[in-house]
Amino acid sequence: MQAFLHQLLSGLADGSLYASIALALVMIFKATHQVNFAQGEMAMFSTFIAYTLAGAGLPYWVAFAITLAFSFVFGVVVQRVIVQRLGRLPHASELTAVVVFIGLLVLFNGTAGLVWGYTNKEFPSPFDSRAWYGSTYLSPHEVGMIVVTLIVLAIVFVFFRFTRLGLAMRAAAENPQSSRLVGIRVGWMLALGWGLAALLGSIAGMMAAPKLFLDPNLMGGVILYGFAAALLGGIDNPWGAPIGGFIVGVLVNLSGAYVVGSHLKQTLALGVIVAVLVFKPSGLFGRTVVVRV
Amino acid sequence: MTTMSATADLASAPTRRISSGARWLAALGAVALVAPFVFSDYHVFQATQIVVYAIAVLGFNLLTGFSGQISLGNGSFYALGAYTSVVLMTHVGVPYWAAPPIVGALCFGVGFLFGRSATRLEGIYLALATFGLAIVTPQILKLDALERWTGGNQGVVISKPVSPIPGLNDDQWLYFFCLIVAVVLFAAAWNVMRGRSGRALIALRDHPIAAGTMGINVPVYKARVFGVSAMYTGIAGALGGLIAGFIAPGSFEIFLSIQLLIGGVVGGVASIFGSLFGALFIEIVPDLAKHASEISPSLEWLAVVQYPIYGALLIVTMMLMPGGMAGLVASARIRIARATATPPRI
Amino acid sequence: MSQRNWFIVTTAPRLAALTGVCILLAAGCTKKKADDGAKPADKGGATAGDSAIPGVTATEIKIGQSMPYSGPASAYGVIGKAEVGFFKMINDKGGINGRKVNLISLDDGYNPAKAVEQTHKLVENEGVAFVFNSVGTANNIAVQKYLNEKKVPQLFVATGADRWGDPEHFPWTIGWQPSYRIEAQIYSKYLMKEKPAAKMCVLFQNDDFGKDYLKGLQEGLADKYERVVVKTASYEATDPTIDSQIVTLQGAGCDTLLVAATPKFAAQSIRKVADLGWKPMFFMSNVSVSLTTVLKPAGLDKSTGIITGAYANDPSDPAMASDPGMNEYRAFAAKYLSDVDPNDVNAVYAFAVGTTLTQVLTACGADLSRANIMKQAASLNKATAPVLIQGIEMSTSATDFRPLQQMQLRRFNGTNFEPFGEVIAGS
Repeated sequence: MQAFLHQLLSGLADGSLYASIALALVMIFKATHQVNFAQGEMAMFSTFIAYTLAGAGLPYWVAFAITLAFSFVFGVVVQRVIVQRLGRLPHASELTAVVVFIGLLVLFNGTAGLVWGYTNKEFPSPFDSRAWYGSTYLSPHEVGMIVVTLIVLAIVFVFFRFTRLGLAMRAAAENPQSSRLVGIRVGWMLALGWGLAALLGSIAGMMAAPKLFLDPNLMGGVILYGFAAALLGGIDNPWGAPIGGFIVGVLVNLSGAYVVGSHLKQTLALGVIVAVLVFKPSGLFGRTVVVRV
Repeated sequence: MTTMSATADLASAPTRRISSGARWLAALGAVALVAPFVFSDYHVFQATQIVVYAIAVLGFNLLTGFSGQISLGNGSFYALGAYTSVVLMTHVGVPYWAAPPIVGALCFGVGFLFGRSATRLEGIYLALATFGLAIVTPQILKLDALERWTGGNQGVVISKPVSPIPGLNDDQWLYFFCLIVAVVLFAAAWNVMRGRSGRALIALRDHPIAAGTMGINVPVYKARVFGVSAMYTGIAGALGGLIAGFIAPGSFEIFLSIQLLIGGVVGGVASIFGSLFGALFIEIVPDLAKHASEISPSLEWLAVVQYPIYGALLIVTMMLMPGGMAGLVASARIRIARATATPPRI
Repeated sequence: MSQRNWFIVTTAPRLAALTGVCILLAAGCTKKKADDGAKPADKGGATAGDSAIPGVTATEIKIGQSMPYSGPASAYGVIGKAEVGFFKMINDKGGINGRKVNLISLDDGYNPAKAVEQTHKLVENEGVAFVFNSVGTANNIAVQKYLNEKKVPQLFVATGADRWGDPEHFPWTIGWQPSYRIEAQIYSKYLMKEKPAAKMCVLFQNDDFGKDYLKGLQEGLADKYERVVVKTASYEATDPTIDSQIVTLQGAGCDTLLVAATPKFAAQSIRKVADLGWKPMFFMSNVSVSLTTVLKPAGLDKSTGIITGAYANDPSDPAMASDPGMNEYRAFAAKYLSDVDPNDVNAVYAFAVGTTLTQVLTACGADLSRANIMKQAASLNKATAPVLIQGIEMSTSATDFRPLQQMQLRRFNGTNFEPFGEVIAGS
């Protein structure tokens, strides 16, 4: 029974990792209706920036804040310089988008490897390893990760549901032409979406790094589960992604421990992705979109 | 350019253009035939690899460029072909030259089934699913249950085919063997793309809903293309195994699928011979980078900077020359033609 | 975004011809005029031999290797870098019997298919005398048959897999370091002596590296294996975490743990074991015991008590601060490896293997034929290197192609590894 509880809670901890990257994916989907394959690598890159800042002697929260700002700008710049141009090209299509995203993935991964090397590095955690809320089930950092994920989730949800800016962003993604007519600057909404997604990604990275240790492949293993989480929860629903993340985390852990064995965990994640896409593409909590021909 | 003029261009090309194209092809053929006698063993090895990659990239192009189904997981079909071929050769006793057709048929079946079940997956979601497939392929290949067939982590050593022709050494023979297979496959692809199926595919890619209403059986066509793509890529994988003499799960990581994407994009995703250029690109560029880095110590970083360069290249290519080199050459030709054309007499 | 066709669907025969020209050009640019003794560059006849010896001139010995300089395993690229630097040092001191060593180190990104290509290039294009210390089990298996068929020595293979000591089938291939199997045998020998009633769990990477440890345990424990090894769990190198596996292992009620993992996962496992409050007798694979990449990130206090086997000294060990052998290494690193961390155990490894090769080539004297090089490599008699642990020696013979078979067990005390017990030999 104890072992089961361990697996369950460990699954929740892992799940919060998947959930946080899934949130970034949801953010970008809601803002731009695109799935950014490179989200994980951008998050990893931002985490390396934080690592460099912390290594230069800055206190954790200062480095954290600067990294958030950097990531936001980074996301905006990528959107303005690359993705935007892409959208305006006469030959723009889904393939061009996918190719560019994969290009970004390879570019950021390779650059990180070039600049910082591939040996794994230590990354500081803001949660003291002897804090009162830790236990043998969940370390203080893991508890902190879960709490942070929930807080971020709440902020994102409130943003989209209750703020004008959030509404404007959703409108710009869903119906750019009408949005322009009511005065929304669609271009900047998309850029904002990318910036926020990059910011969320960097939070995911900085939460993951103390546990997974920092190297260019930090997010490589996580992104597959992140996709599964985002799709399962419904890629256009901020609430869905974290719930999807926790489900995926627990499911994969429990199945890995009791059902299929640890060497099929990734295949299980792929199974989730395919199953969701084939049977219920809108995920558990997403909205089903009907296309009129 | 509308779909109609594109297909008109392809299907009913004036005889003048065909014969000029044929001249170019003949030149290429001459190069291909002479090469192994002029190159050293290592370069013959590389040339054979390029030919095989060309088949694989063509498989990718057919799926992604011609029918618009974005696949980031073709590396999995490559692996499937390689392992199927090995199993046929070692466990069933099929000789190496008989393996490719069987592998092709099997891979076609798998690809077709995959395409059938993936019908509902469009665009970016298909890309996502195939991306996931590429990530988990090594894990599946390492499964203990399959170790008897796959050799597990340690992989399988493959005997090199022996040349039956006295004048040719083994490397040269293997080159010609792969070349023959490639010529057959390329000719088949070209033929199909010129006919009704080709037009149907392009219609499918650009206006799937309209195509459906016009009577094209969309799910079946899509599945068929998946099958063909898997077939081509699988045959390439089988041949690739012969060249390397060894396969292991480590040979089929996600980067292989990304390389096929790079080759396709750089060469020209909707072009048949662009795949040849793409194959050359992915095979030679790491070599060139290393040579360039040897020119001066300060350029040492060139040897290991290939990943960021590939990434940047994908982005730049998509923005500036989405048709890849093939598109570039084609549009250059048009521009030259326009520039040198004499205005009509009034 | 609307899906218009982006460009004319074209067959591009011109491009194809252009490609053919490019191939010719590329071949021309990259074709190296192989030195005398290498294969002639025309119609493939294998007129090997001639009178000249491959890779060897009056002033130079040309050797080659294939290393993971790029890609995810590029941390091991340091080995290649260090070896290139090592032979620069040897050359600066006058070379070996008057000849300079020219080590051509190529990148294979840890991909077996690429390793095959690079090895072909080294042998056929560059005409090297032999292949030295290439990294990666699959990579070396991929070229083993080819090199043996061509009678090119595959010297001191840089992997801990066990299959390199097989002179009967592969007389041109020889290993160097104690294999993972031997390491696991040594651990089981120690365990049976100190704690015969132990219940052991194993976390292993799901590849040849991890599985070799299981094989070693099976051999070391023999018929006791079923009783002692209660549960094993594997992980993929692409998995994000291994927490679930550790939890499963603890749940099986073990009091001993062996982790056969690479540095990142080793650090994760140390941390999780400590967080769970579990205090097993903890054996760690010797590829993952670096202070900087494993123990410190995991937490020095959490790493206390970890046992590992070692055959080379750790430069970051305070007890090695004034060791003459290590200082020799440090002087080398300072002068020839300025952009490498001198505490990187891969550099120490390279120094040791480089020393061994130098000894072999020196012993060849004037006869640098491939056959003699192989013979000398198989005639090591209690050879040592400055960075190896006192008491550990390399010996080879016509039937024994495993130079290193001993290890010294060490336990981490919170600051460094303390040796204990005797040097133990595997079989």
